[in-house]
Amino acid sequence: MISTKYTEKKKFNKQEIDRKWWEVGDYFRRNSLWLLMYCTGCCAIELPPSMTSAYDMERLGMGPMATPRQADILLVSGYLSLKTLRRLIYTYEQMSEPRYVVALGSCPINGGIYHDSHPVINQLDQYIPVDTYVAGCMPNPESVLNGFVDLMEGIKNKTANGWKKYHKNYDWYKKNQFDVLGEVVIDDEFHQ
Amino acid sequence: MILSIFIGISIALFGFVLQTSIGGINRKIIGRLQKRHGPRWYQEFIDIFKLLSKRSVSHGWIFDFGVIMALGGIIATAMFMPLTSTFLAFENYDNFFIFVYLLAVGMLGMAMSASGSGNPWASIGVMRALTTMLAYEVPFLIVVLTIVNLSGNSSLTEIMLYQQAAGNNIFLIALPLGGIVGFIALMGMLGKKPFETYIAPAEIASGPMVEYGGKQLGMLFILHEITIFIEVSLFVHLFLGGATNIFEFLFKYFIVYTVANLISNVNGRFKIDQVVKFFYKWPLLMAVTQAIIAIYFGWVI
Repeated sequence: MISTKYTEKKKFNKQEIDRKWWEVGDYFRRNSLWLLMYCTGCCAIELPPSMTSAYDMERLGMGPMATPRQADILLVSGYLSLKTLRRLIYTYEQMSEPRYVVALGSCPINGGIYHDSHPVINQLDQYIPVDTYVAGCMPNPESVLNGFVDLMEGIKNKTANGWKKYHKNYDWYKKNQFDVLGEVVIDDEFHQ
Repeated sequence: MILSIFIGISIALFGFVLQTSIGGINRKIIGRLQKRHGPRWYQEFIDIFKLLSKRSVSHGWIFDFGVIMALGGIIATAMFMPLTSTFLAFENYDNFFIFVYLLAVGMLGMAMSASGSGNPWASIGVMRALTTMLAYEVPFLIVVLTIVNLSGNSSLTEIMLYQQAAGNNIFLIALPLGGIVGFIALMGMLGKKPFETYIAPAEIASGPMVEYGGKQLGMLFILHEITIFIEVSLFVHLFLGGATNIFEFLFKYFIVYTVANLISNVNGRFKIDQVVKFFYKWPLLMAVTQAIIAIYFGWVI
């Protein structure tokens, strides 16, 4: 029998609705990750086999993209010298949000075999937030793909929120970047 | 009138869904061609909805307005497209030249928006796109004018009915040289591989699309799918005799797009001067020969 007692209608508040929509968006975001490959290190050699017919990255919906604006993942492959770090930060700040960073190899984790070299930074995490690390020197294509699957899990569980961390701790990241790179004095024809 | 507009918008939406699905299936086919598994067939839908769900930056109001203008222009063009020889939204408004005029709105909107971003790659891409257009339009228009001369009408429905009439072959067989020229011009229109010069991801960083990200890029993808729908449908109607029912149309559409894609994936990329030289050499010669043979000698198979 249907109760005749008055029950208040269940109302969704705005945060709840936003959360639902965000989850719907997360489904699309984790199934269509486009890469911007920042191939300065030797780990880049592992990417062609993981993209072509042997391991076929496209079956996960991933693919290379041409420009930072179009990409979702910034793929840092290998060590970063001070000169490339500056370009990497420019590139990261040009990407449209939500954006994720995947670091390949042991160099972005602790410096790897370049840990005592003066122009190479040791921890990428100090300068931009990293969502997934793939350790190894160099990582196999299997572990590269495994890292991407981990990132997808992270997007599903809302743990891959480096871009939010970057907004929240912007001053801290900027301070670290300035400490290592120094003040930039640009003096060329494009910035006059 | 309102019903016609409603049907027209439905045709544009149908074109978007059809081309996006067939594009996804084609990505799978290309994957198999390269001994890969390939993405899911609905991957293109996921890509578009993902782009629409992202945040994006603006480069000024021309940048935003141009995208919307291009999308509106292309949807307006698709509204006039007949699907079969009897089903179309606006009776008597399916002239070939309507599509030529209205397609330009979309192209110009995109060119304006891309130039508004201020990126030099975008300007180079737009310049190359317009140059490619200049190259393929001349032979294509000569063949289409031959068809208009033969069938005595420039309405797509009338051209379809002319080919379907007893005793007439479809124009791909009746005008064999012209059919080849039409297909090569279609490859140029679609931006498939030998003529992919204006996209060229490895060379000019995807050309006009270089500064787009997030929602604007999502709208450009929708625009691109509807443009492909219009161009492939034009080829089906002009050269393959159109369709008497919707299934015939789907079949012919799928065959044309898949063949173009297969040819595209075993080819390299021309430079921009090679594109212009190519189109002004063999297709133009073949088109003029076909026009002379068909109109002055009357040799139509």
